[in-house]
Amino acid sequence: MRAGRSALRWAIPLAALPVLLLLGYGFRTDPREVPSPLIGKPATPFTLKTFDGEPVSLDALRGRVVVLNFWASWCYPACYEEAPALARAWQSYKDRGVAMIGVNVQDKDEPARKFLAQFGHTFPNAPDPAGHVSVDYGVYGVPETFFIDRAGRVRWKHVGALTDEVFKQRVETLLAEKG
Amino acid sequence: MIRGRALAVLALAWALAVAAAPVSEDAVREVAGQLRCVVCQSLSVADSPSETAHQMREIIRERLAAGETPEQIKAYFVEKYGLWILLAPPRQGWSLLVWVVPFAALLAGLVLVAVVVARWTGRARTAPAESPPVDDATRERIRRELAEMGDGR
Repeated sequence: MRAGRSALRWAIPLAALPVLLLLGYGFRTDPREVPSPLIGKPATPFTLKTFDGEPVSLDALRGRVVVLNFWASWCYPACYEEAPALARAWQSYKDRGVAMIGVNVQDKDEPARKFLAQFGHTFPNAPDPAGHVSVDYGVYGVPETFFIDRAGRVRWKHVGALTDEVFKQRVETLLAEKG
Repeated sequence: MIRGRALAVLALAWALAVAAAPVSEDAVREVAGQLRCVVCQSLSVADSPSETAHQMREIIRERLAAGETPEQIKAYFVEKYGLWILLAPPRQGWSLLVWVVPFAALLAGLVLVAVVVARWTGRARTAPAESPPVDDATRERIRRELAEMGDGR
């Protein structure tokens, strides 16, 4: 009887323990941050038509380091914050074998072209009108940037505005790898 | 020659019929209702008015029209977004815990309550037997005091 009652006295704190652990874990993680299951997997091939009417395809870039950036003209301020960094990155790396592709998401033609002109983007940019490429890359929102290695595998995904530092660090790592 | 042409017409008719076979809105909703809208909080792809959800519904429709099963389409979205995209976690692997633990906890709680209640009622029933026996002197005293109370009324 006595033993049973003291066991019961411990039962309540013991029952609360897993709940507290779960809450402790839950409050530490960011519910908005969802890891991409695509890291380490082959990048899904796609072919899009750029705003200049040229076809751009991932398969044609095999063997090169590819930076795939999803953006929209309505994506304010993050896309506007990262655009100068993207333009600088293109100037620094276009002659070092890095390919950059901008994928314009859920946008209208005119504001998208205005955005490209505003930042003087000269790397290929293409609209993804039906969202096929966006869903193939598990895109949640814009901006999101994927770093693809020479073997065609997705290596990193960056959510939110890209910075010069992140771009440099990722791309230099991939450039240093043998193809 | 004529047979060849007839076959070609038949093949064309079949291709047109397949291409034109509309995928019902219910079939699209059935799949979309099981997927989490990626730009909303607590809404399915079927219920969200967002542009992303609209595009996803169109992708589901295209894939159904191409002959894919709902399971294949769900697997495609899981491949791209992870298990997170499913509103109901699969009943296997670690996700099975989500389905089993609440019922196991409920059962354990019921067993605990049953044991505690059994203990309380059991003690109450055995209590009179445990009280000390009443001797003759005490019984006489009780009788006398009861009589006095009766007189006082």
